[in-house]
Amino acid sequence: MRLTALIERDLRLAYRRRGELATPVIFFVIVTALFPLALNPDPALLRTLAPGVIWVAALLAVLIGQDSLFKTDYEDGSLELMLLSPITLEWIVILRVFTHWLVTGLPLVILSLLMALLLDYPTHALGTLVMSLFLGTPILSCLGAVGASLTVGLRRGFMLLPILVLPLTVPVLIFGAAAAGRAAVGDPVAAPLYFLGAMLILAITLAPFAIAAGLRISLES
Amino acid sequence: MIDSMEQSDVLSVDNLSVWRGERCLCRNLSFRVSTGEALQVQGQNGAGKTTLIRVLTGLGRADEGDVRWRGESLRRNSEQYRASLSYLGHSNGVKLGLSPRENLAIASALLANPIANKVDVILDKVGLSTHADLPCGMLSMGQRRRTALARLLLADVRLWFLDEPLASLDIAGVTLLTDMLKAHLTSGGIVVFATHQSMDLAPFPVKSIMLGTSA
Repeated sequence: MRLTALIERDLRLAYRRRGELATPVIFFVIVTALFPLALNPDPALLRTLAPGVIWVAALLAVLIGQDSLFKTDYEDGSLELMLLSPITLEWIVILRVFTHWLVTGLPLVILSLLMALLLDYPTHALGTLVMSLFLGTPILSCLGAVGASLTVGLRRGFMLLPILVLPLTVPVLIFGAAAAGRAAVGDPVAAPLYFLGAMLILAITLAPFAIAAGLRISLES
Repeated sequence: MIDSMEQSDVLSVDNLSVWRGERCLCRNLSFRVSTGEALQVQGQNGAGKTTLIRVLTGLGRADEGDVRWRGESLRRNSEQYRASLSYLGHSNGVKLGLSPRENLAIASALLANPIANKVDVILDKVGLSTHADLPCGMLSMGQRRRTALARLLLADVRLWFLDEPLASLDIAGVTLLTDMLKAHLTSGGIVVFATHQSMDLAPFPVKSIMLGTSA
């Protein structure tokens, strides 16, 4: 009951600053749309590039969005109250990551359908593309949140976060783009999707501890 | 006898040393505050009042020494310790996008024993009943501070840690805070606060420690 109150708070705050939260989603759309303009707009070429382009754009968009995850809570002192609450901090942070994914990651997964069409990605493979992003973006959210917890106290943490976290996202990118790419040419996709699923479970179970520890360190000084 | 004293509501600090980088804020600081007592932390700007209060809440870390609550080191028993303290820091911990009422609902969700049905009474007490449903971003600094004060009344805890509680409060607000502190002390609470101004909490004893004199 109390945990739902926290989710409700996050969703209500998200609704009141929806313009700010839309930024990563718009970023995703624009970056994806730039590729046909910069490359040769040949459908065959775009079709081959589509999985990689969509995945890289989604990866960057999610990481950019994570910067704001704890920022306002840090600035207005709410974060101190969370740390001082007798409720386990790990619970509080995983709920926060979940609601943040709900308002930034999920719209991105849905919009990827549109961007796939723009890049002439085969329609029969759309299900796999969405599935790979559906499994992959929460992992990216978790990794980004670990970075956000460590950079929350820094004034210029904005650029540091992607630099810290991007190397860690490589496995997710490889399996995610592989699933979408294999689906496009009709190859079996079970293996990369299983790997994404396993990494998702790993991220959800371990990230809360890392995020909570990061926040405690960030607020110690 | 001594054993039973240790079990009661006493906040004790033994040989606490806190460093900030190369600078020593306090060395071998020891004190005890027990139920019904207030402790004022004094010192110039930058003397380390905020840092000390954060160490006492467990947010900050001491370099040496120990903070004990009911005889137990807070390092070992931090969850129970957090359930028995309220903290009002420099920043209010108030969400500007939410109304005072919504802010209190969230604050009570973060408590060990939430008292949700008292919200209206508390808002009335801190003089925010007419503004209870406006976003805090539209309220003045003093009203935001009052929202933060309301949070203290929400929790049924023994220990209050207040960092510059008088900041942005008007005269009526200062009276409100003084009354709140006295009521808290009457009910057996403990208050640790940092201010530059002197606060009259008579008839309750106010201990005080001065930071930065030894440096």
